[in-house]
Amino acid sequence: MAVYRRNYKPYSGGLTATWSRWFVLFRYSRRNLFRSKFLTALFVICFFWPLICLCMIYLAHSASFLQQLGLPTGVLSIDNKFFYTFMWVQGVLAFLLTAFTGPGLISPDLANGALPLYFCRPFSRVEYVLGKSSVLAILLSQITWVPGLVLFIMQASLAGPSWAWSNLWIAGSLVISSLIWIAILSLLAMALSAWVKWRIVAGALLLGVMFFGGGFALAINGVMRTESGHFFDIFYLMKTVWNAMFQVDADHAIPVAQAWIALLVYCTICLGLLMRKVRAYEVIK
Amino acid sequence: MQGLSVRFGNREILCGMTASLRGRSIGLLGPNGAGKSTLINTLLGFYKSSAGSARVFGYDVGTEIRKIRGLVGYMPENDAFISKMSAVSFVQMMGELSGLPSEMALERAHEALFYVGLAEARYRPLGTYSLGMKQLAKLAQAIVHGPKLLILDEPTNGLDPSARQRMIRMIKDIRDGKEMRIVLCSHLLRDVEDTCDEVLILKQGRIAHYSNLDEERRANKRFLELETYGANGDFTEAIEKLGCECAVTANRMKMILADGVETRDIYRLAAERQVRIRRMNFRRDTLEDIFLKAMES
Repeated sequence: MAVYRRNYKPYSGGLTATWSRWFVLFRYSRRNLFRSKFLTALFVICFFWPLICLCMIYLAHSASFLQQLGLPTGVLSIDNKFFYTFMWVQGVLAFLLTAFTGPGLISPDLANGALPLYFCRPFSRVEYVLGKSSVLAILLSQITWVPGLVLFIMQASLAGPSWAWSNLWIAGSLVISSLIWIAILSLLAMALSAWVKWRIVAGALLLGVMFFGGGFALAINGVMRTESGHFFDIFYLMKTVWNAMFQVDADHAIPVAQAWIALLVYCTICLGLLMRKVRAYEVIK
Repeated sequence: MQGLSVRFGNREILCGMTASLRGRSIGLLGPNGAGKSTLINTLLGFYKSSAGSARVFGYDVGTEIRKIRGLVGYMPENDAFISKMSAVSFVQMMGELSGLPSEMALERAHEALFYVGLAEARYRPLGTYSLGMKQLAKLAQAIVHGPKLLILDEPTNGLDPSARQRMIRMIKDIRDGKEMRIVLCSHLLRDVEDTCDEVLILKQGRIAHYSNLDEERRANKRFLELETYGANGDFTEAIEKLGCECAVTANRMKMILADGVETRDIYRLAAERQVRIRRMNFRRDTLEDIFLKAMES
């Protein structure tokens, strides 16, 4: 590195494209994220189940190997239920990953008053939220729909084009169900961390919202003798949507359309809460 | 600014401000709650104006804020940093967010940190910095992208005397470099007096006074204090005949020199009457006098 001048000089060079500035935030946030060895380990662990699923797909198409193991050839069935189970496991892992990474994205900026430094530049609040949420979106995509599609392609290549065409909807379900889960997790984690401003508490709060939401829902159902309490249980809402998307038979206390609407309402509320807090300076009226 | 007003709820913080600020370094002065920080935040587009408009370098604050922000460097009053980042990464990121390419931002981050005197500590996490060092890091991020206007909100807040001196020296250096215009917001009159050419004094959200400090100083140069030995009524009378206003207490005289009267005329009169002048002072109006007058008005 050169010896730097100690006098100030103006900058007259070129500037990067305005639309690409959010990517700067994404890059720095992601780099900071992977400084934690624990998170790196958790991220690696998230690929164990897809690897197991990959082996199961291979085994399902290796009749001779199954015979050698003494297992019947139809023991492993690769169908919508297989991908639904895959989605559930990865969904839970995605939630855990979000609980540990999400709160650390925004709360340090708010706690240390860094937001005015971002917004005094040609950089908007929308770009800030986009930059931060893209960290989670890409991280969670890497463990949900991306390996899901890899499994689907693997299965399609082994089972043949007829299976692929008749089950193409599973690929769509994998992507859409992952994206809605990623959206709700990212927005919830960021909204909570923006309001709490303390990383550990925000993480605990996210776990609380998810787990105590279920208990709260059951309590409401029990006291009020209704099924409306399930609207407070995000896991239940997500399960209802996933069951419908993967065409898994299950009894639902609330209609699928209402579960969709409830999830969208949650996303909107989180986005509203987030945008309310992500400001250079808060005006207290 | 043309009738610029800002309202939070029912409370009007800035009330119809109209002024054209053209100085190279402008001091924003006023008591707490006068609206200094609100004015800065409005010019940066953080707050929406409820009435009127403002322009920075010809760009409208309401509609062209992105262009304005590209030309401005801002050092906020409060703590503003990312604790786990090293200073060089922090300043580089801020440079990149302002539009500098990554490599250029890194180079300029090093330069800016050298410039503000944080060269040795630039790889340390910002969370470990002292208050003075954090202020310098904030200054570095404000200048890394080469802004045309540097807005400094209470830059010497919480600094010890030597750190304050260093900060003032740096601001003077930036001002004298003529590459950037400076708006310095402070309630410390000394800081503004040391670094600014012009001063805008706010009071209860209104402009109480706007003036060029040099002109003010020149205008007040004719205020004279004398300590004499052997003076009598004859000497005072002679001075008054020149058109000067005099006030005499024991062997001290205070006078306002009339137009065309110079100090050498006073020396001449004293010599003619064998009056010894033991001390002669031009008492200039300090910024404190200007500020107090503005507050009383």
